[in-house]
Amino acid sequence: MKNISSLILVFLLLMVWQGAAMGIDAAYILPSPIEILVRLWELREPLFLVHLPATMGVTALGLCISVALGLILAVSMDWNPRLEKALYPVIVASQTIPTTAIAPLFILWFGYGIWSKVLVTILMTFFPIAITVFDGLKGTKREMEELLLTYGATKKDIFLKLKLPTALPHFFSAIKMAIPLSVIGAAIAEWLGAQSGLGYFSKRMMTQLDGAGVFAPVVLLSVVAMLTVWIITLIENKIITWRKEL
Amino acid sequence: MLEFKNVTFQYEGDEVPMMTDLSFSVEEGDFVSIIGASGCGKSTIFRLINGLEKLQQGEITVDGKPIGSLKQYSAFMPQKDLLFPWRTVAENICLPMELAGVEKKEQEARCKEVLEQVGLLDYERKYPKDLSGGMKQRVSFARTLLSGADMLLLDEPFSALDFLTRVDMQEWLLKQRAHYHKTILFITHDVEEAIFLSRKIFVIQDRPFSSMEMVEVPLPEERDRSDLKRPEIVELKEQLIGKLRRSVSV
Repeated sequence: MKNISSLILVFLLLMVWQGAAMGIDAAYILPSPIEILVRLWELREPLFLVHLPATMGVTALGLCISVALGLILAVSMDWNPRLEKALYPVIVASQTIPTTAIAPLFILWFGYGIWSKVLVTILMTFFPIAITVFDGLKGTKREMEELLLTYGATKKDIFLKLKLPTALPHFFSAIKMAIPLSVIGAAIAEWLGAQSGLGYFSKRMMTQLDGAGVFAPVVLLSVVAMLTVWIITLIENKIITWRKEL
Repeated sequence: MLEFKNVTFQYEGDEVPMMTDLSFSVEEGDFVSIIGASGCGKSTIFRLINGLEKLQQGEITVDGKPIGSLKQYSAFMPQKDLLFPWRTVAENICLPMELAGVEKKEQEARCKEVLEQVGLLDYERKYPKDLSGGMKQRVSFARTLLSGADMLLLDEPFSALDFLTRVDMQEWLLKQRAHYHKTILFITHDVEEAIFLSRKIFVIQDRPFSSMEMVEVPLPEERDRSDLKRPEIVELKEQLIGKLRRSVSV
């Protein structure tokens, strides 16, 4: 039980929360953890059958497009220094856009359908993927590259046999960063305008002054994000056994 | 086999050239060590031979042909093993053959043969992290051998090893050399190592240098460590150390 200390800390925080909520005694302002769990159970059907699949759809689609876009950008910038000079500042600048401010515009342009939300998700997640993978590709040891050159390696050989494996651990880190961000992106977009999804559901509960109902989908989102990151970590540990050797 | 003809080279940003008008040659099957103080240009000679630095003036030929027109004429073994941690021992060894487009079956056969020769057949499927420092250097040597070149450029391959492993590896290298009959250029800081391994020693004493003093080692091909105690060898060692110290103080 190597995580025992963090479990104790979480348990203590929940106890404090439970105590504070009981002290305030106004569930619409601060529902207690137990009230949230009860509400989660009561709302299980709409939450798990309607809104969770909707949010997961947006998250998965946004994440897939972000991974593809991030990888294309990272590889292009590594391949061609001119492209790096042109693209890098634009990619960094894209992160200065306040997503919550621009998201309503996406809804105006693309409507209440899935694409406006996917776009918000992409805007939040492609950056860590592109930059982290790019750093991984750039982080290749010069001596290893030179050794391959002495064997007559081409640029393509160096990319496939050296850069790609070197960047793989960075790719996993990028995915682990991007998963929680994609869930947040999807939820923000749904808050701003949607017909289904956990973000939308949370907002609806807000209008009904149902504090526990607001928290229930948020808890669900966190659990799903944590579970996905955990699964990715398991896969990573299986594939990359040489991280410390680099 | 290898010939430098009036080679001049200067690194970008350096005020002084590394070498000017340098000419020397190495015979086929020779074991030549190059010794000199740090930064004197030993590794630059290797970088010029294997094409990592562009020739500025002069010519380098192998078997009479300019190196620009040749492929796989030399194989480089660096100071660090530089094994790829994501590849098994066998996959690391096969890397130069993979790049040269050698057929998979032939790769496997040659890899097995060389692994047996370097005494690591049982480690074929292990990863570099499972090997000791000496074993890693043996794998690195095997990889260098399988690049198919007749001339091996070994750049201080044992300098990062502890003393006892280094001594073992030196004896091991002599056996490998007797088996493979390759031409070997060996860079080292260690005068004793140079004497023990080589037929000839090139000494770099100046910066820039336009020639290297050549010293023949008066030892037979088959030698052991006790030969290092011979009076003429002890004297040679002192002479060489003296030359190097003078070049450092310059």
